[in-house]
Amino acid sequence: MTWFKRESSELDSSGEKRVRTEGLWEKCEGCRQIIWKKDLDANLNVCPKCQHHFRVDARTRLATLLDNSEWEETETNLSSTDPLKFVDTKAYKDRLIKAQKETEICDAIINAEGVLDGKPVIASAMEYRFIGGSMGAVVGEAITRAIERSIEKRKPLIIISASGGARMMEGVGSLMQMAKISAALAKLDDAGLPYLSVLTDPTTGGVTASYAMLGDLNIAEPGALIGFAGPRVIEQTIRQKLPEGFQRSEFLLEHGMLDAVVHRKDLKSYLSRALSFMAA
Amino acid sequence: MDAATRTRKDIENIERQIAHLESVPGADLKTKEQLYELHRQIESLRTQFDLSSAWQKTELARHPQRPYFLDYVERLFSGWSEMHGDRRFADDPALLCGMARFHGQEVMLLGTQKGRDAKQRVQRNFGMANPEGYRKALRAMKLAEKFKRPIITFIDIPGAYPGLGAEERGQGEAIALNLREMARLRVPTIAIIIGEGGSGGALAIAVADRVLMLENAIYSVISPEGCASIMWRDATKKEVAAQAMKITATDLQNLKCIDGIVPEPDGGAHADIDSAAAMVDEVLHHNLKELMSLPADHLLESRYNKFRNIAQFFTES
Repeated sequence: MTWFKRESSELDSSGEKRVRTEGLWEKCEGCRQIIWKKDLDANLNVCPKCQHHFRVDARTRLATLLDNSEWEETETNLSSTDPLKFVDTKAYKDRLIKAQKETEICDAIINAEGVLDGKPVIASAMEYRFIGGSMGAVVGEAITRAIERSIEKRKPLIIISASGGARMMEGVGSLMQMAKISAALAKLDDAGLPYLSVLTDPTTGGVTASYAMLGDLNIAEPGALIGFAGPRVIEQTIRQKLPEGFQRSEFLLEHGMLDAVVHRKDLKSYLSRALSFMAA
Repeated sequence: MDAATRTRKDIENIERQIAHLESVPGADLKTKEQLYELHRQIESLRTQFDLSSAWQKTELARHPQRPYFLDYVERLFSGWSEMHGDRRFADDPALLCGMARFHGQEVMLLGTQKGRDAKQRVQRNFGMANPEGYRKALRAMKLAEKFKRPIITFIDIPGAYPGLGAEERGQGEAIALNLREMARLRVPTIAIIIGEGGSGGALAIAVADRVLMLENAIYSVISPEGCASIMWRDATKKEVAAQAMKITATDLQNLKCIDGIVPEPDGGAHADIDSAAAMVDEVLHHNLKELMSLPADHLLESRYNKFRNIAQFFTES
């Protein structure tokens, strides 16, 4: 009964009173539940309650797919020249510097050479945090070089897309990247090498209208937004509400536009299975 | 006199004043100040002129009287015989394909078509193609390849249609496939942008050996209105966006994203459709002759190299 004897003391008012919880918990967009961040990380950033797939950055993505989370990065030294000297509410040049600082990569792409389930692969992973994963000249060049390396070394190619589309701040030059990459993919196809396209949330615009849809297999994560035009643009055009689940992976699967919708925890084994089928 | 002409006149006026002041030897302080002021004025006028010219071209490119694909077909080709449908879903009235003769040569002709009046516009879906249009285009191009006929595409499209059905039927996939397949067609290909070159919807029939633009045509990754509402969150900034994105034929030429510009008659192609058509005819004929003389392997290689090295706007440190 020690509490009866406890001497009254002033409450300790020194130091930080607030308990800091930032970064410890995450709210799930799918089920609005609060999830402990560590649980989320342990579950590959998929909500343990509703299986909502959170967006993950390019490095995390590669780490979950490649053996021992090891790979060699290439094309780490490319950066945009800002060909149009584009300025909207902010200068494009400043946007680039900010994004480079925040993501610690040179543009919205990481090119990797690694091993997936014992099979050597060339992988390109897009980084959505870098100006919405938009595709400009650097992304175009990096992916093209990944394709060329794939042909040269006769290794399968995997591209993981996460992008809002072409990078407007590079104008028509970003549009041309679609032609450039697609032309290189024709060579890869001629060379008889596998190309697996993984579409993650979101994959839209010029990326959907070029390499993301050109895989020998097009595989998406559950619930990813995938489309050519953005939902808002479509709503404005047709002037009616879009149906529930429109432009989500499951919708595309139903309409015959995807080969499979695969849960993140099964993605590696699915890719591995496909590569076994395709390897000579 | 329109705004642009007035601005140009003002610029010329100030240029003359500057030239006059500079020609006087031993300028004093007052003259220097005056010169400085004139330079400042001319700078701001030039910016204004750039703005108006990019937007002016956009309006010319969209002019309701501007010659459309079928106006050129009528004037430049004989034996036009349309082929319909993608053999998958439907026929797309916004993107036409057909056989035609050009200076005696059998060619496969493709073009996006806008409507002249309200009824036609609706029927042609304002020239915005659906996936079945792109699939029909690919079918036509493969047919041309099989019979070794060159392909000419006419482009005037605000953009691929952003509709519900288009998404359901895979607009992105249809465009993507055309990009890849056009890159390896074993016949000569020429694309000519006669009005609007609207983003992926235009590129889907523009991965060609020669990409040409009419003087007042535009070619861009997104419409100026779209860019303004996304980047400035204000669709009324379309003039600024048009200028910032560099979408005119001259801009594209400077960026080395096209192979040539076709001149238009004074006032624009709509002012004199016959002479506009004659100018297109000359350039097309010249390019086609050149391409027809090249062996297929050579054609493919130089097409690949062109697109491989296009828009290399990066540095390597």
